[in-house]
Amino acid sequence: MTTTGQNPTAVSALDAARPRPTWQVILIRPETMTLALLIIALIAASLLSPYFLDVTYILQSFTLSAEFAIIALVLTMVIISGEIDLSPASAMALSACLFALAYQSGVPMWLSIGIGIGSGLVMGILNGLLVIGLQLPSIIVTIGTLTLYRGIAQVIAGDKSIRLPEWYVGIDKVLIAGLPAPVILFLVASLVLGLVLGTTIYGRQIYQIGTNAVAARHAGIRTKAIKMTLFVMMGLASSIAGLIFTSRLGSVRYDLGLGGELQMVLMAMLGGTYIFGGRGTILGTFLAAWLLVIIATGMTVANLLPATQLTVLGILLIVSIIATNAIYSRTQR
Amino acid sequence: MRRVYDFLLQRREAGIFVMIVLFCAVVGLMRPRFLTLDELRIILLLVPLIMIGAMAQMLVIVARHVDLSIGSMLGFSAIVSGMMYRYYPEVPWWTGFFVSVGIGSGLGLINGLLITVFRLPAIIVTLGTLSLYRGLTFIVSNARQIDRQYIPSELKALSQTSPIFGIPWIIFLAFGVALATYLFTMHTRVGRQIYALGSNPVAAPLRGIRVNSVTLMVFTISGALSGLAGILYASRWGFVNPSNTGTGFEFQVIAAVVIGGVSINGGVGTVLGTVLGVLLLGCVSAALPLLGVPGTTQNAIYGAVIIIALLIDRSVRQRGIAALAAQKARA
Amino acid sequence: MPDVPITDVTQPLISARGISKNFATIEVLRDVDLDLMPGEIHALVGENGAGKSTFAKILAGVHRPSRGTLVLNGVPVEIPDPIVAQRRGITLIHQEPISFPDLSVAENLVLGRTGGGPLDLVPWAQMTRDANRLMDLLGVKIDVTRPMRGLSIADQQMVEIARALASDSRLIIMDEPTAPLTPKEVATLFAIAKRLRDEGRTIVFITHRLEEVRVLCDRVTIFRDGNKIATENIADLSDVDIIRLMIGRPLKEYMHKMGAAIGEIALRVEHLTLPGYFADVSFEVRKGEIVGLGGLVGAGRSDVARALFGVAPAVSGSVVVNGKAVVINEPSQAIALGLSFVPEDRATAGIFRSLAVEQNITAAIPRQIAPGGVIRRALETALATDSVKKLRIRLASLRQPIGELSGGNQQKTILARWMLTNPSVLILDEPTRGIDIGVKAEFYEMIGELAAAGRAILLISSELPELLALCDRVLVMSEGRLTANLSRAEASQESIMHAAVPQSGEKAVAA
Repeated sequence: MTTTGQNPTAVSALDAARPRPTWQVILIRPETMTLALLIIALIAASLLSPYFLDVTYILQSFTLSAEFAIIALVLTMVIISGEIDLSPASAMALSACLFALAYQSGVPMWLSIGIGIGSGLVMGILNGLLVIGLQLPSIIVTIGTLTLYRGIAQVIAGDKSIRLPEWYVGIDKVLIAGLPAPVILFLVASLVLGLVLGTTIYGRQIYQIGTNAVAARHAGIRTKAIKMTLFVMMGLASSIAGLIFTSRLGSVRYDLGLGGELQMVLMAMLGGTYIFGGRGTILGTFLAAWLLVIIATGMTVANLLPATQLTVLGILLIVSIIATNAIYSRTQR
Repeated sequence: MRRVYDFLLQRREAGIFVMIVLFCAVVGLMRPRFLTLDELRIILLLVPLIMIGAMAQMLVIVARHVDLSIGSMLGFSAIVSGMMYRYYPEVPWWTGFFVSVGIGSGLGLINGLLITVFRLPAIIVTLGTLSLYRGLTFIVSNARQIDRQYIPSELKALSQTSPIFGIPWIIFLAFGVALATYLFTMHTRVGRQIYALGSNPVAAPLRGIRVNSVTLMVFTISGALSGLAGILYASRWGFVNPSNTGTGFEFQVIAAVVIGGVSINGGVGTVLGTVLGVLLLGCVSAALPLLGVPGTTQNAIYGAVIIIALLIDRSVRQRGIAALAAQKARA
Repeated sequence: MPDVPITDVTQPLISARGISKNFATIEVLRDVDLDLMPGEIHALVGENGAGKSTFAKILAGVHRPSRGTLVLNGVPVEIPDPIVAQRRGITLIHQEPISFPDLSVAENLVLGRTGGGPLDLVPWAQMTRDANRLMDLLGVKIDVTRPMRGLSIADQQMVEIARALASDSRLIIMDEPTAPLTPKEVATLFAIAKRLRDEGRTIVFITHRLEEVRVLCDRVTIFRDGNKIATENIADLSDVDIIRLMIGRPLKEYMHKMGAAIGEIALRVEHLTLPGYFADVSFEVRKGEIVGLGGLVGAGRSDVARALFGVAPAVSGSVVVNGKAVVINEPSQAIALGLSFVPEDRATAGIFRSLAVEQNITAAIPRQIAPGGVIRRALETALATDSVKKLRIRLASLRQPIGELSGGNQQKTILARWMLTNPSVLILDEPTRGIDIGVKAEFYEMIGELAAAGRAILLISSELPELLALCDRVLVMSEGRLTANLSRAEASQESIMHAAVPQSGEKAVAA
């Protein structure tokens, strides 16, 4: 740090190691890596195809991942707090199915949306109760609810698609200030959550809980309450993302967003969130979401099979977590 | 009554056994056909793949890890074996076992290396390889299914013909794997070291346990058994499909293992419990169509089973802690 | 079988030559020379942090020395890890033995000794027979087929000793083994230790309790501030000599207590009970008063503190804070009532290791630094800077991770955190553990100043000189109950230890 003016007592070499210079601190932040990768990916992609120089094309591509990206923002906060949630893709499908079935059976649209969002809240609360109330490990709990929520969606919706009215379809085509509505939503969510995590005491305490939950409790931080709000936010974000997804597709099936948890976790990891908690930023996940869209679109443009993309996503997940861990273990003395 | 309940909680195997008996009795009362030999055969045919996968997952969870990539390893090794049969129809039918188990071991070894060399959490690594191996399955097969005509009839016969009592070979194989796992976990030093590692990972290296080699071994076995399940999938169903084969298998297997009393906190779990857990799931799956419940409920049931098993596990632990405190208070 | 030949008793079993150990920049052990003879029980004594445990851990391969050599039976050896130590016939028995709770006692005995491929079978029957034989040898009744989980600490120690015998260890190091034991268990342990000595083994016995040294040990080595001060036959030293050598300076040097006016009752506790941990604990602390809480490790002192602060609440009893009856189930409630708690284990319950010092200081005052929810950085920095000055915390920058500070400065940071909450009651649990001697003195001064400012202080400490020097009154706990409430005049090393050792304590020691 250059702000040595804060240094109130003379530094004795014996008592404290010298801090790293500012440029080093910034340069070895994982977000910097993400940004660098994003720029490299953009350059590589535009060499691959001139489409990538077209902002509209990129924005349109982004709408395909916007739902996952919105959830990934909240997931980042969950992981920073030292927990994980693998169930959001399933929760998204279940709340979308409930919403569509309600509407189909004659419930007014506003109430159907309420049912969809309400179910997301309930699922978030259930995850939270199991993890926080009963102190079960979130990894296994959310593997269980991942299966359970998807299973219930399959039970209530069967194998058929539920169609939605024409006017509800096409949120991704709605432009606000030249940007597709889901992108706007993602930008707003990034800004709000970034401010919450970066500047409020609530955000600060999420980092503290993730760094040392026992110490946090001893310092009077209400760890259970804060983790509970995070799981509820996950449920809420999943249901909202489900509604957007539904509008984009025009119909709902139980397998909506199947396997989406991979992309969400990947966005968080690629953005430098530390899998063991306590570190990570919304900015990182924000950049990673764009990076992932460029990569995915690039692969589509290059005519790679969807299956190949699955392979690449898997490799990316593993590489990003290795890189992030390496960076953090370097800075941690 | 309370003591009976406590006993069933503590001796988990007895508890699951009682659950199986009760479940079969209730379903049998409603649908007498459920208690026939034919039905038993159906139940038994439902379980061999899950049984083998559950043995793998049991070892992994006892070592305090989890393997989400089991289904994808199954799919990949099955598809490669299937392609071998398609392109080289002249190879002996049993070659597939070696190919499939060998490939599975390799994939499992990769998981293990990533986890031990880079010290990564198994959950994220295997979530990554779940997707990676599935993607590779599509790539190598060019997204084409291996159809019935390519699978050697001797291989298929394993699921249809029987050496004795009309019970097909594949079931003997699955129980053979369970028996081998039992011998491995209870009677070899390495097997016991898996339990020691899961029971106290911090103390393990202090007692001379090579944590990395044990972890590597566990994940490699998990891959090998997934590979075995892969070739048996081809035997049982007569085809291999890149998108269906093994998809969601990991959740069935985790459900069977946790209901069988394997503690997610590591160090605890028996082969007998896991076998009973698998059989209980088999009974439920077999009963559903008889009771007129649609097949789409399967996943919901697996999910519910995992959550319920976690609750039971916690309840057992709470009682253990309460008993300790009481003991301490008396002293 | 260990590759240690049985040697004649005139040659040392193991000799340490110039052993030193540094952790980061701090030298915790300096040029220690020591010979351990076959067939002796050798006591290592010294204050906390004097280096005796570090030395033991070097012998047992837990730590590697920074400098110096070890000579085993005349041959220089390297002991890079506990496995090699075990193979060379050296076993360290930890105070709270490490074990595999889900495995059986018999398995815990042999685990890891050998172990190879998949064909290396576990001979269950023979293993059980061997384990039973060892238990008979030790004269203890433990079912070797039961799991370790739920075994008492005394029994776990017996299993550890059995482990040492199973590998025929020639050197058995016991690190404060008696602290968590009942008198009867201590008697059993001593009898076994003597028998092992008579078989020609060497026992190293680390302890705080001089009466144990006198009853059990043949020779004693005194450590102070990382140096070996003396090695003598126990018969040649009086208790006063040993204490003088351990402390190395007159007790008066600790006196920092200012004559604070003692006011009304700030904290009153009545019949506080948590089954299995403590029962019927009643006491009060007044404003301006420093009340010590002494006793052996495991006597329930920290559990009372944790209950008062709502970390692990008591099930019955009443607590009155500043005249108001309260129920505290969460630390946040305790803080709101003006309580503060510096926990015993700084690393697990105190600091946020990778976070900035500044954040660590302000962690308990969210409302002050973030009125309306948003953090005011300038305000936070001002508060933190002020604290750093007041407590003389030595650091390079407020933004550096607290993990980079020395232990003493980390502890000061935790104290700074609580000073910002302006507490009326401060509970300090072993506040000076693992802290440099110089910083310790600063701490004593600060604790005195805090009391002078009218705060009530409950000081839990295992260091008798600390209690005697700082406290106006000393409470003593033993086996979960308060056994003494000593005024400053009544308190002495003897009176505190007398109350701390369980009822039939003298008999056990005399056994």
